[in-house]
Amino acid sequence: MSNKLITPNPSRRAVLGGIAAGGALLTTGLGARFAQAQSSAPIKLGFQLHRTGIGASYGRWYERTATAALKVLNDAGGINGRPVEILFEDDGTDPKRGAEVVEKFATQHKCDIGFGTLFSHVVMGSAPRAGELKLPYFVVSEGHHVASGALNRWTLQPGITDVKSQVLSMAPWVLQNLGKKVTMVFPDYAFGHDHRDYFTQAVQANGGEVIAQVAIPPTETTFTRYFPKIPRETEVLYHVMVGPAVLTFVKELGEFYGTGARPEIFGFIDSLEAVNIASPGLEFLEGTHFWEGHPRYLQEGASEAELAYRAAVGVDDTGASVSDPADVATYAHMFSVWETLFAVKAGMEAAGYQGPDDRQKFVEAMEAIAAFDEGAEHPQGPKVFNGKTHQAFGLQSISKVEGGKLKRVHQTTMEDGFYPDEVDYTTMSF
Amino acid sequence: MEFGPFLLLALMEGLVTAAVLALTASGLSLVFGIMRVVNVAHGAFFMLGAVLAWFTAQWVPGPPAVAFAVALIVCPLIVGAIAALADTAILKRLNYEPEATIVATIGLLYILEQAALSLFGPDARPVPAPFNIRLQLPWFGYSGYKLAVVAAAIIVLLGVWLILKHTRAGLVMRATQIDRDTARAFGINVDRVYAGVFAMGAGLAAIAAVLIVPIQQAHYLMGGDPLLLSFIVVIIGGLGSLRGTLVAALLIGLSDGVISTFFAPTLAKIIATLVVALVLVFRPQGLFGTRTT
Repeated sequence: MSNKLITPNPSRRAVLGGIAAGGALLTTGLGARFAQAQSSAPIKLGFQLHRTGIGASYGRWYERTATAALKVLNDAGGINGRPVEILFEDDGTDPKRGAEVVEKFATQHKCDIGFGTLFSHVVMGSAPRAGELKLPYFVVSEGHHVASGALNRWTLQPGITDVKSQVLSMAPWVLQNLGKKVTMVFPDYAFGHDHRDYFTQAVQANGGEVIAQVAIPPTETTFTRYFPKIPRETEVLYHVMVGPAVLTFVKELGEFYGTGARPEIFGFIDSLEAVNIASPGLEFLEGTHFWEGHPRYLQEGASEAELAYRAAVGVDDTGASVSDPADVATYAHMFSVWETLFAVKAGMEAAGYQGPDDRQKFVEAMEAIAAFDEGAEHPQGPKVFNGKTHQAFGLQSISKVEGGKLKRVHQTTMEDGFYPDEVDYTTMSF
Repeated sequence: MEFGPFLLLALMEGLVTAAVLALTASGLSLVFGIMRVVNVAHGAFFMLGAVLAWFTAQWVPGPPAVAFAVALIVCPLIVGAIAALADTAILKRLNYEPEATIVATIGLLYILEQAALSLFGPDARPVPAPFNIRLQLPWFGYSGYKLAVVAAAIIVLLGVWLILKHTRAGLVMRATQIDRDTARAFGINVDRVYAGVFAMGAGLAAIAAVLIVPIQQAHYLMGGDPLLLSFIVVIIGGLGSLRGTLVAALLIGLSDGVISTFFAPTLAKIIATLVVALVLVFRPQGLFGTRTT
């Protein structure tokens, strides 16, 4: 932001002055709000991208998915007959920078909305700023923080089911088929805490017991030292891990159990996103189970929408990039970017959205949406959208590793994932 | 898990930490001891070693062991060369003033990190281990490679000690450490000694990184932790004392392994930092350091 204000040979004083002036300009909003968008001007969507930092492998694929979805959207005539643009801005997977990116979208780029944030600590850091700036903010983080009421009326999650619903819907299957005594391994921050809290509740409700909880800092690089905390009587090991070290995590888990006795293992695919399941050291995963938001390997009887989506984002039948088999996608999660874009389209068209002045009308129109049908715009499956909690609900898959591939063995129903509303955002003021 | 095997695992983990830490910290300690430079970019040199090891693994054909052997020789040399260049181009021009060199090495840290981000990318990338042997104990399995890391670190440290004590280069370094001006008066090219020492320190960090990268994966932000722990070790051991560094690395590594296995890794870091504070208050020169005037 301050670059343009720096003269070729700045003194320190001049630079500091420039930065201060720039900050003042931005906060007072010198650039008046886009008063009236012309009907042919493109709609600008700001995409808050984890291009660097610990979320980078997701960011790479989220950018590709968003670009592919945008092409489909514009080829079909855009939104309200207007072309759509996406502005990608890196937040370094950092909450503080996330808030700055949101601010940039609202004040500098004059974006109509912001979207695409995944890591829940970044969502927690960014969403309040979006609320203050009255910028509709669409997150794809799975975190329960939207539906829990912790955020604000401007923040919505129409593209992916939240963790609470995911674990509620799968817990009965895990307890019936794998075992009753569960040990949980999860990252020690908001997203992991959602797993800890709601899966533990769901286990108890289904007659099981969580006998140990192992929290691991998300920036950790070595994991062996955590594994002795897994009690020997554990029947099911529930793991979910994020960040650049996920491959190390799974490898070391394999080393730790080796060829000895091990519990049944149920993991969230997060522990393996962007990682080739055939990597050396991961052989022990054969026979273990994974949650998948969207199955990485092409399943039998896949819908046409699924095939078209897979081709559009450039992913082959094994979940890797068509141009580089070593570049494995974050396939279980990235559908949320695609679906969020089309949810935004549905909302903007329902609201007759013209420009930033219609942002409130747009959020209200989103709240009135009840469902998204499965199809080209929602290839992962149908969604129920709860306008009061701003949260979507969808179908979850449980897959088993067979012959080095993930094969779906169970799909939850929509009702499995419902829980009583914890908030009614529609009663909050804008 | 029962207490015995639990402790065994903790000690094995601690030993691996200690070995890598000893290598990294001895590089930092050398640079401080001889040049009186607090090298904040040390972690970046560590990261650079790991990233270069990944590139080597991509380019060298054949089994992983061959690529690894090449990386173990080539990466420290490249990193050392970059460090020597940084020394002559930056640090020398600042006359090795303590404050200026700290700021300069912070800048260097950012340059190296951003360069790695641009050329290597933001992802963590695995480097295959030279061999995959798993020890299957009755209670748990353990990577044979991790134990090999400990052995390799001991050999390298022995080599460093031999160089310092029994070669002419080591003699010159020690002379420069004791008194830079007198050394210069005796015809020692202090500039070249400094460049060599800075390169050697960075090279040691790079060797540690090449050894650890099959366990941890290469990532452009991986230098932070080793830097912090190296500073802790060097301060506890006594600035500039190689023997103190080794003892402190063993102490910190093992206690880190035991505390983080039995309690929590965060607690291990808290305690290590607390020990640093106590050492600074009660024995500012460190366990084995000598008071400098």
